[in-house]
Amino acid sequence: MAADGNAPTTTEYIQHHLTNWTYGKLPAGTYCDGKSVQETTGWTVAHCSEEMSAMGFNAIHLDSMLWSIGLGIIFLALFRWGASKAHAGVPTGMLNFVEAIIEFIDKTVKDAFQYKSRFVAPLALTIFVWIFLMNLMDLVPVDLIPQLAAWVAGDPHFYFKIVPTTDPNITLGMGFTVFFLMIAFSIREKGFVGFVKELTFHPFHPPTKGAGIILAPLIIVINFALESVTLLARPISLGLRLFGNLYAGEMIFILIATMFGAGLILGLFAGVLQLGWALFHIIVITLQAFVFMVLTIVYMAMAFHNDDEDQFTH
Amino acid sequence: MNLNLTIIGQSITFVIFVLICMKYVWPHITAAMTERQKKIADGLAAADRASKDLELAQEKAKHELRDAKAEAASILESANKRATQIVEEAKEQAREEGNRIKAAAQAEVEQEVNRAKEQLRSQVATLAFAGAEKVLESSVDQSAHKNMIDKLAASL
Repeated sequence: MAADGNAPTTTEYIQHHLTNWTYGKLPAGTYCDGKSVQETTGWTVAHCSEEMSAMGFNAIHLDSMLWSIGLGIIFLALFRWGASKAHAGVPTGMLNFVEAIIEFIDKTVKDAFQYKSRFVAPLALTIFVWIFLMNLMDLVPVDLIPQLAAWVAGDPHFYFKIVPTTDPNITLGMGFTVFFLMIAFSIREKGFVGFVKELTFHPFHPPTKGAGIILAPLIIVINFALESVTLLARPISLGLRLFGNLYAGEMIFILIATMFGAGLILGLFAGVLQLGWALFHIIVITLQAFVFMVLTIVYMAMAFHNDDEDQFTH
Repeated sequence: MNLNLTIIGQSITFVIFVLICMKYVWPHITAAMTERQKKIADGLAAADRASKDLELAQEKAKHELRDAKAEAASILESANKRATQIVEEAKEQAREEGNRIKAAAQAEVEQEVNRAKEQLRSQVATLAFAGAEKVLESSVDQSAHKNMIDKLAASL
């Protein structure tokens, strides 16, 4: 909790922990109960959630981006080191670890994705390790780094969230990137016509001859509506699943953390809870990283899959 | 839940990381691993081959050993046979030699007997005369009766 004289209430504490360090374009006005005054519209760091709401889309979560990029660089550095050290001889130490992960990803990709692509396996590796690292930040005690950051910044109310995957922007950003890749590969593999056909000729096959042909446009519209929902549900479910799991986990850690200040007995109880939840959360963070990766591979396989080819081969 | 530019920032970061991973990480590690796999497979194949070779060599050695044993046995057998043969021959020779010696001895004995007979024959007259002299208590005219005694001796 904040080290200054007037300790925050539990609600304030929780809210503080769930707010990002935001930098954005703030319209002129008075915010935060009159404590913050923006004279002209301009880019600034938000001081309270009211300012964040006012910024709208023109804002960026600096803490999410910082941790996300930082952890991504750690991932790339580790694996780039592995790549530079990789040789056909006997692998040792850290190289074993890197190769074990690569082999695990490779096997998972080969099981679910039977097409030739140089892109999908690295994509899966990046997703798995990067998301795992971002989720892993959830296991760092909730106050440790934010307090440190507040101390460095010299502002006890400094907002600093360290788990990027509890930010829906991060998870949906990845989800929608996968979505656009999916569409791009789909169009590359089937052509634009094939892609549109896939969206409009399934699941109901429109009649092509006879009197029923007048119903074809209607069926195509229904198909398109259904398929669009299916398609759009994928990135949203990808992003929200990861966000929901991690946000809930983080929330429970914060709630447990509020118990630490409530006396010795409750504090000890909170310690036990913290340990138990952290142990359980190890499974959750790994599983969520894995689920995100496997679903991405499956979606990529769907993008590469061509129904027309099936008709010829059958 | 504020959706903002972070979503775009994260998307760009994601794509960049995946591209770096695709270009600088994945192919290098998988190439090394594939190469190692091949090396290990080759090594195992070589080991297989070596063990097969060893088996063959052992088989061959066993064969040679068996042949050698058989040869040794046959040599031993022929040696034994030869030994028996030599012993037999020696026996035969010994027997022949014995027979010859026996025959020679017999011949000598016969000769001896004959000689003794001759001697005896030659002395019979003298003995007879001596005997007769003793009987007659007088001397006998040897010359007068010599012919008669000689005839007697010859008829013996």
